[in-house]
Amino acid sequence: MSSHVVSQKTYYFIFAILMVLLVLTVGVAEVNLGPLNFTVAMVISVAKTVLIMLFFMHVRYSSRLVQLFAAAGFGWLMIMVLLTMSDYLTR
Amino acid sequence: MEWTDVGVRPTEGFAMSSLLAHHFDDLEQQYDAASLGMWTFLVTEVLFFGGLFTGYAVYRFAYPLGFAEGSLHLDVALGTVNTTVLLLSSLTMALAVHGAQTGHRRALVGLLTATILLGCVFLAIKLFEYHDKFEHHLVPGHAFMLDHPELKGVDPRHVELYYLFYFVMTSLHALHMVIGVVAVGILTVFSAQGRYSPQYHTPIEMIGLYWHFVDIVWVFLFPLLYLIDVQT
Repeated sequence: MSSHVVSQKTYYFIFAILMVLLVLTVGVAEVNLGPLNFTVAMVISVAKTVLIMLFFMHVRYSSRLVQLFAAAGFGWLMIMVLLTMSDYLTR
Repeated sequence: MEWTDVGVRPTEGFAMSSLLAHHFDDLEQQYDAASLGMWTFLVTEVLFFGGLFTGYAVYRFAYPLGFAEGSLHLDVALGTVNTTVLLLSSLTMALAVHGAQTGHRRALVGLLTATILLGCVFLAIKLFEYHDKFEHHLVPGHAFMLDHPELKGVDPRHVELYYLFYFVMTSLHALHMVIGVVAVGILTVFSAQGRYSPQYHTPIEMIGLYWHFVDIVWVFLFPLLYLIDVQT
């Protein structure tokens, strides 16, 4: 018994998108967008993470319970970062 | 319990029985338990690294100039190459899981070996970068020295703080890589011995999850450490 078999083609396709996102994040860093630079870099990193989790880590094909656990990790991380920064950024 | 309960033919029953620990009803329940356990561990890892990322965020917004200056002394090209190497190693790891699921033992051993090699390449480049920072006195401590600041009015102590985050975060990540390389190495030996089959290869999938997690940590470390712009 094991998880869903993801086709090799899917893995190659996801890897290609990840490489495009890597080129994009390095390219955008060279352009002066002001504070948007940080936002764009983080959005691209989150996009990469979602792709890796859904396909490489099979979250898309996992049980609801595993999906809940995976989401909880990032949910709690967001609580820590957002509550901390809502203090430090408003002093 | 009848062997038909777990969906295997009676002739496979004897081979299967050693794969199923006695406290599980069937292989599927055993797999679900392993999977959930691994994810629980990964969630604790997310919060472990999360503490560092939160600390980083606090000080980056407190000392934007110092962090931008520190980032300018890193080699973006090496960072990009290392990100590529890690993403590639995640691909070979994912394909190794596919090889295990479909019972291609030679492909499995080859892809696990490729994953190890790529992990070692990453660590070698990281070591080279560390050496460069030691030579340029950019390691926090009494020898820290900022000779030629690129940005006007930057406080060297803030740059030193950036490098403290740089070394703590990347070395903890590198430690995870070393553990990953050792774990994949053990899996390679076991795979070559033919311990895994399409029916049972849970360890390959679980170490795969760990490997991809370590990759994700780097996906965030790379832009946060290497790509800080002066404007932010």
